[in-house]
Amino acid sequence: MSSVFSPGWVAIALGLLIPLVPKGKARKGFLLLIPILSYLYLLYLRSAVGVEVRPEFELLGYTMFPVYIDALSFAFGTVFHIALLLGLIFALHVDDWTQHVAATVYAGGAIGAVFAGDLVTLFIYWELIAFASAFLIWARRTKRAYKTGQRYLIWQIVSGLLLLAGILVRADAGLGIELGTIELGSPGSLLIFVAFGIKCAWPGLHCWLSDAYPEATPTGAVFLSAFTTKLAVYALARCFAGNEELIWIGAGMAGFPIFFAVIENDMRRVLAYSLINQVGFMVVGIGVGTELAINGATAHAFADVLFKGLLFMTMGAVLHRTGKIHASDLGGLYKAMPFTAVCCLVGAASISAFPLFSAFATKGLIMDAAANNGHAFVWFVLLFAAAGVFHHAGIKIPFFAFFGHDSGLRPKSAPLNMKIAMGLGAFGCIAIGCYPWALYDMLPHPGALADYHVYSFAHVLSQLQILFFSALAFVTLMLTGLYPPELHSVNLDADWLIRRPLRAIWRVLIGGFGRIARGVQTLCLESIPRSAAQFVESYGSERGALRGRGPLGSSVLVVMILLVVYLAFSLGLVPKP
Amino acid sequence: MTAGVLRNLPALVVIVPLFMGLVTAILGRQGRAHWLALATAWVTFGLTGLLAYEVLQSPLGFVTYTFGPWADAVPLNLAARPGAVATPGIEYRVDHLNALFLVIVAGMTAIVILGARLSLKKEIPEDRRHVFYGVLLLCLTGLLGITITGDAFNLYVLLEISSLTAYALVAMGKSRDKRALTASFHYLLLGTVGASLILIGIGYLFMVTGTLNMTEMARILQEEIPRRNKTVSTAFALLLAGFGLKAALFPLHAWLPNAYTYSPSVVSTFLASTATKVGLYAGLRFYFTIFGADYTISTFANEALLFLACAAILHGSVMAIQQTNVKRLLAYSSVAQIGYLVIGFCLVDASGHPIESGVTGSLLHVANHAVVKGALFVAAGAVVYRCGAVHLDDLRGLARKMPLTFTAFAVGGLSLIGVPLTGGFISKWHIVSGAIEGGYYPVVAVILIGSLLAVVYVLRMIEPMVFGKPEEGPQVGEAPPSVILPAWILIGISIYFGVNGGALRELVEGAAKTIAGGGS
Repeated sequence: MSSVFSPGWVAIALGLLIPLVPKGKARKGFLLLIPILSYLYLLYLRSAVGVEVRPEFELLGYTMFPVYIDALSFAFGTVFHIALLLGLIFALHVDDWTQHVAATVYAGGAIGAVFAGDLVTLFIYWELIAFASAFLIWARRTKRAYKTGQRYLIWQIVSGLLLLAGILVRADAGLGIELGTIELGSPGSLLIFVAFGIKCAWPGLHCWLSDAYPEATPTGAVFLSAFTTKLAVYALARCFAGNEELIWIGAGMAGFPIFFAVIENDMRRVLAYSLINQVGFMVVGIGVGTELAINGATAHAFADVLFKGLLFMTMGAVLHRTGKIHASDLGGLYKAMPFTAVCCLVGAASISAFPLFSAFATKGLIMDAAANNGHAFVWFVLLFAAAGVFHHAGIKIPFFAFFGHDSGLRPKSAPLNMKIAMGLGAFGCIAIGCYPWALYDMLPHPGALADYHVYSFAHVLSQLQILFFSALAFVTLMLTGLYPPELHSVNLDADWLIRRPLRAIWRVLIGGFGRIARGVQTLCLESIPRSAAQFVESYGSERGALRGRGPLGSSVLVVMILLVVYLAFSLGLVPKP
Repeated sequence: MTAGVLRNLPALVVIVPLFMGLVTAILGRQGRAHWLALATAWVTFGLTGLLAYEVLQSPLGFVTYTFGPWADAVPLNLAARPGAVATPGIEYRVDHLNALFLVIVAGMTAIVILGARLSLKKEIPEDRRHVFYGVLLLCLTGLLGITITGDAFNLYVLLEISSLTAYALVAMGKSRDKRALTASFHYLLLGTVGASLILIGIGYLFMVTGTLNMTEMARILQEEIPRRNKTVSTAFALLLAGFGLKAALFPLHAWLPNAYTYSPSVVSTFLASTATKVGLYAGLRFYFTIFGADYTISTFANEALLFLACAAILHGSVMAIQQTNVKRLLAYSSVAQIGYLVIGFCLVDASGHPIESGVTGSLLHVANHAVVKGALFVAAGAVVYRCGAVHLDDLRGLARKMPLTFTAFAVGGLSLIGVPLTGGFISKWHIVSGAIEGGYYPVVAVILIGSLLAVVYVLRMIEPMVFGKPEEGPQVGEAPPSVILPAWILIGISIYFGVNGGALRELVEGAAKTIAGGGS
């Protein structure tokens, strides 16, 4: 079936043509056409060959399935197209074609990966998106961005190589290259599991994400936030659904970034941490593995692409207009950028799962699934994480950027194309929140949702309680001056006898986590790369035969020594090793 | 006429470039040399293609050709061993293995010469250009001769022809950089040491077997000579060191970086994609056909070469990362890639047979690496053509100034890393699956680490091209189409190999069987 090619190739091929299209209106029109054509082709494929499409061809002695469409992949494919469209609108003013090419090829690769029907095809796209996405970081064209991009790429390639090794080990063990449920336990499966884990930003393997995303271009971060981690979520859902390990990993992911996010000053890094936190919810859903939970993970991924994209867009617009992104430099922007502020509030409400906003309709599925299956502890962790999200993403982001102390910045309002993209994103978030059933119909197991009542009294009430107390905590901390960035302004009062020990515990908690966090960060991002670089620099730096420019004598000596060694082995003077 | 050509095909493959090399050197003035050499190279390529086709069609799996009437003459008793009978005369014997190498060598030369004219105009003085082309064709003759011959001493003679001409070619880089002379001298001394070792090795084998015909030698060695013969063991070790030097396998690669760096761009491309491969071929011929896979695997050679190949990958890659001269960087990357070329042949399964997917992988990598390294050196040559040098600093802003050259660099770099859809991926895939099949997990780790290091050195080239700010000064434009054309042809071939092998795969699979099966 060579006549059917993967839907990803529409975006990849057209993306590579972008530099040839003349600048200006023609290129802008062309850019917007790409996601539309790509999606039409996907719809055509689905309708022409039925819901489950699975054409095949031979490569490397394996049967490959370049296109596999079912409900799960279709849901992810759809949201990837939406993300590409919104991202391109948001980036329409950018003049630099490398960014457009990188973004479309990256998106095309992610779409291709979601519709891959076997592990080898998945691996091919897995590598493609690693390279394409790195350009979105490098395109910032600073020394720092270049270094960060290099680290990012190395992490991605390590993930790809582990995936490759895993596939080959499995193939050698006769397990095939089928992209389906993979039993953990064999070494090959474990390699694949970890490869997915790196892209998914599991605790300890997450450093690349919080390191690189904030260094991307203002528009590039929007694309990055949408594809890589969600692709990993898809891959986990496809292969490792129902593995208990994922529940604990997911709970860790949902929990630990809260501490990082609270002490972080760079707004886009705060968003990067909250991205890990949201993906944690999805991973828990996959780990629970029931139909309801898989639905929840899928739906939440769908919603997350929209609201996280929206938040990254608002911060991108702020960065684009002010050139600043640190909480301490921003504040009071709502007067200058009212539209962006409103969109940011919508995004914040969505990520915090306010009723009538998107995450309320999707996160609840995962929470219910976890609770129904007797994971009470995990349910509590998720509850804590949900409160934390509201705290750092729902309140901190809009508060420090648009309200809080007035920074005196009075930038121009965001460009029109950015406003349109943000408006569409905000609309999407509200639409999912108000009318989730359209999304529910797309999910892999629509039957499992028959007796799920999203706006039940219990759901709404418990969610409002979380939000209320979380807001209370923020306000309290702000007013008492205990909020970490403002630690210096503490007023002593008569009740300090009680507050003192509490504050000490709070500080130890925050400080301890902060120290561990920084330790891990330094190890992964500084110590290891630095010592590797030092080794590479010092390696073979003395002049010598190996260096290839040393004196002739030493080169001949090497030949002679090797010859003597060979002879010694060959004549049996030395036993064979 | 046609029948005559077909009947004498194996001889013509060597005679055409030999004769035309002399003609070019004599009649090649006023720019005729380029066209003569170009025509010769393409005709030779066509002949090797026909020959390969004949081999593929042949029911025996090989084609033989004997020179002169000696084959029917009375056998001479030359042998030191009483009762042994020497067959005089030279036989050419082409099976899948050498057909593959013949096509690669001739094809790469044809493509390299295609873009040579303008680049040589800048790098070689007018009055030596015809000699240059003549020597290039002689070198091609030597390389093809080594590959095609079925006679051990003939192999040595042609090895000397190809080596001497290669030293001369490297030395011709002196008009661009005087260091070409030192590089050539270094290459000459080490090459001569290697050649002497090979000659002594062949001499010992002749002492034992009394024949120089490879097929006969193989039969006698494998059937009549006891396993623990000291003379054979000594020859084995000598040849291992000699061919290791010719193939530039770590730690015998010291001649390579300078030779590639300071020779004219065309010569760097030519040598990088042919010379070391032919050294590897000669080694394979001796170890898998003459000594036989069983003998070779029973010795220390497997473990030793596997170890050295892994060391080559790590050493070459780390050294490549440190370089600031692009040609030198590519040269060290070749040192690393030679490791991949050797690894596949050293992988044995539990029963002591070579693992077929490993062998296939390394053979595919011979083709892939020749093509990719050729493309990268052509691209580097295009930069030399425009800027006069190829330091990393000269590459700043290249992506905008020379987009075609940049794209060649980028795609070639991806193939070196082994990114899917390039040829490099397919060969690494096979090698890694072979290593996993044999349980060589440390080797798998080395290959994967090697890929990561390749990412780093490729990025070191790409970074200044995309993100560097070009210096003030005269605006440099894209290289002329004829200079960059070979790179694009090679990039196209590399992607073709990455997606679909076609005839190459058929040859490689046949060759892999030759090796895994222990003889032709």
